[in-house]
Amino acid sequence: MQTNFTAEQLADPHVATSEKILRKCVHCGFCTATCPTYVTLGNELDSPRGRIYLIKDMLENDRPADAEVVTHIDRCLSCLACTTTCPSGVDYMHLVDHARMHIEATYKRPFWDRLTRALLAATLPYPGRFRLALKAASLGRPFASLLKRFKPLEPFGVMLDLAPRNLAKASATARPGMHPAAGERRGRVAILSGCAQPVLKPEINAATIRLLTRLGVEVVAPAGEVCCGSLVHHMGREAQALEAARRNVDIWLGEIERGGLDAIIITASGCGTTIKDYGFMLRLDPAYAEKAARVSALARDVTEYLATLDLREQEAKGLTVAYHSACSMQHGQKITLAPKILLRKAGFVVRDPAEGHLCCGSAGTYNILQPEISGKLKARKVKNIEATKPDLIATGNIGCITQIATGTEIPILHTVELLDWAYGGNKPAVLS
Amino acid sequence: MDQIGFLESRQAVLSRRREIVADLLDLLPRGCLVHEPRELVPFETDAFVSYRRLPLAVALPETTQQVAAVMKYCHRYGVPVVPRGAGTSLSGGAIPQEDAVVIGLSKMSRILEVDFANRAAVVQAGVTNLAISEAVSADGYFYAPDPSSQLACTIGGNIGMNSGGAHCLKYGVTTNNLLGVKLVLIDGTIVELGGKALDAGGLDLLGVVCGGEGQLGIVTEATVRLVAKPEGARPVLFGFDSSEEAGACVADVIGAGIIPVAIEFMDKPAIEICEAFAHAGYPMDVEALLIVEVEGSEAEMEAMLASIIEIAGRHGVKVVKESQSATEAALIWKGRKSAFGATGRIADYICMDGTVPLGQLPAVLRGTAEIVEKYGLRVANVFHAGDGNMHPLILFNANDPEDAARAEAAGNEILKLCVDVGGCLTGEHGVGIEKRDLMRHQYGDADLAQQMAVRAAFDPQWLLNPSKVFPLEGRPA
Repeated sequence: MQTNFTAEQLADPHVATSEKILRKCVHCGFCTATCPTYVTLGNELDSPRGRIYLIKDMLENDRPADAEVVTHIDRCLSCLACTTTCPSGVDYMHLVDHARMHIEATYKRPFWDRLTRALLAATLPYPGRFRLALKAASLGRPFASLLKRFKPLEPFGVMLDLAPRNLAKASATARPGMHPAAGERRGRVAILSGCAQPVLKPEINAATIRLLTRLGVEVVAPAGEVCCGSLVHHMGREAQALEAARRNVDIWLGEIERGGLDAIIITASGCGTTIKDYGFMLRLDPAYAEKAARVSALARDVTEYLATLDLREQEAKGLTVAYHSACSMQHGQKITLAPKILLRKAGFVVRDPAEGHLCCGSAGTYNILQPEISGKLKARKVKNIEATKPDLIATGNIGCITQIATGTEIPILHTVELLDWAYGGNKPAVLS
Repeated sequence: MDQIGFLESRQAVLSRRREIVADLLDLLPRGCLVHEPRELVPFETDAFVSYRRLPLAVALPETTQQVAAVMKYCHRYGVPVVPRGAGTSLSGGAIPQEDAVVIGLSKMSRILEVDFANRAAVVQAGVTNLAISEAVSADGYFYAPDPSSQLACTIGGNIGMNSGGAHCLKYGVTTNNLLGVKLVLIDGTIVELGGKALDAGGLDLLGVVCGGEGQLGIVTEATVRLVAKPEGARPVLFGFDSSEEAGACVADVIGAGIIPVAIEFMDKPAIEICEAFAHAGYPMDVEALLIVEVEGSEAEMEAMLASIIEIAGRHGVKVVKESQSATEAALIWKGRKSAFGATGRIADYICMDGTVPLGQLPAVLRGTAEIVEKYGLRVANVFHAGDGNMHPLILFNANDPEDAARAEAAGNEILKLCVDVGGCLTGEHGVGIEKRDLMRHQYGDADLAQQMAVRAAFDPQWLLNPSKVFPLEGRPA
């Protein structure tokens, strides 16, 4: 597609990158078909091609973001289904990241929106604060429906709805420290402790550590790690995101120096997509560019790593699993087969729900900030999952687990919890 | 690019812009009218992205009645109307103009009825082509015409352009698979043409409307033919040392009375582009490739393949590669169907759509290469060879106006060549804006006058998609 940027504009490295991305787009429109918001709303402005055009127009004209552009960019889930579909290889992810930074820098959001976002950015990435917030939420729950009646306060009502009724105890296993391999050591990895996940489902990392050590892998949960930065990155709060990235890069490089690392294991695919992008995010920082690229190259989703360990075929369990592929897994990281192969080997019957490419509407903080579209996508996802008549649902991202769990009675687990059970661990409590 | 002109905007319409927007807001539900200037920009073009014009407003109705209300209003106040499906037109069929209201059918995307007893489905015009096949696939049926953009393009757009596709060699194009439509006329009248039966009495207006390029009315619902899936289907790759040999092989296969489901052609540049995207396992050491799909029982497929392999042998076929699994077959088609978009990885392009008698394929391939070389450009060929429907993709740099002008000139020469050897300007993409000024190369004055008279019978004021199809000069006053 033709672009109109001056040499001066292109001197800004962010603009230069976006220009290259825009030049690849041939405006064929294929991306519209697999975009969850276009499929839901039927307006090209809420499709990748429409957003690409809005961003192009805004950047070419050096214009601050306006309410219209912000509306349509905010509705983007960043599910990246469009990048899986795009034949010409448009790097939509980095284009929309740039647009979000531009919005954050040039647009003043309405008061309640600012407040909501500031609250999310100050809470979710910090496990201690998040735990406190969830405890407070149980007191506030009776007010949820009241809050939802006023549009600007709706996100607060949704947050109360999403907060779990019973908060899990923090897992002792998943605390920072070293977990030696059982028997002969065949590898050494670090595991990302995460931010929201250990508060909501500490069982996931605990199961991962049990499984990996049983398989002969030494697992380190390094102290000093912070949230991967994904949540604030998707809000366009780039400084905060890069700060988190630098901090983690330092921690993991320290770990590499201490004992070498075969991989950095991530059990939430949303975080995986971001950590694999650290190299790009920090490319303009001479002190960190190379270090970050090294870290990104080591990042692995837990199923991606397990696939290299050649696990043995297990006896049939007589359970049918609907596998929900998180967008960050299938579109962000292009991991499509590994989790299903692992589940089948582990003895589960695996079903692919229809419209598997469509997002469940979780998408980080999207279900809080865009409750209406998110709710429609959740209903559509749950309908497709339930149509496969599964005994349980497996997925690889905490966001999807929280979202889908509020729409169905069928138990939903992280893939690794099922694998831990199949390879010598305890049966997950929810299945007993 | 700016060689192709649009009609002058109607000042009377432009000066009433505010009132028109206000009135349309009254006619449509909330969220169904786009009118903020910045929000209109993404609607300024379709997949013929070299040309761009902002519309006055974009209506996104949810029902046939709302479409009718907007049309009636536009008719009353002399406002041009440009219909839009998914905006995937390669000929600029959905490009608007400054004084026009775009009516987009993207919110009308439901499948209304599936009727296996009558092998028919009734769908809203904004449903995508592929969505129809997906909806009936589990029951063993599909909708046959399969434009490469079938993932995204809408059935309404397919009807407007009488779209084809790889599998149309055996099953026919849109018009051969369309049973009926609900059509909104420019004055807001809603008419029904055809139905679930094979034929309807009276004039075949359905045949006129299919391929009408949005100039006769706006289709809001369609009744389409469903076809039972074959017992089996298998794409086979045939690699040749030259494009001419591959082209001659196609003519001989069809000439021998063999009609496979599809015969698709790719030259070396196209093979490289598609392989980079789809990793389909296309042979990389050949100059040209045919994808031949056979279907039926195992015995039928074997017998047809044997005859084709024998003919290909006479043309020095270098590689014959059968797909070994459903996954491999899917990748072969994914690569082929993404060819145009995937070309965006290496350059900007414009895609031609000339159709030639099969015997002329080798000569036109040669002629195309010569024309493109003369302009100092590159070309990739990927097309429906069995139908003689050629798609040279002329590669250029959209940020270089001279390069763009050369590409357009080369394209025009290629299309004229197609007409000169007894072919036509468009096989399936429609005339749109792209080929409008070449229509006189194909038709005499009397032919054009007759077509325009039919068009004017539906839309006497020429309000519907008015800048398209017919050259701007010589239109009836």
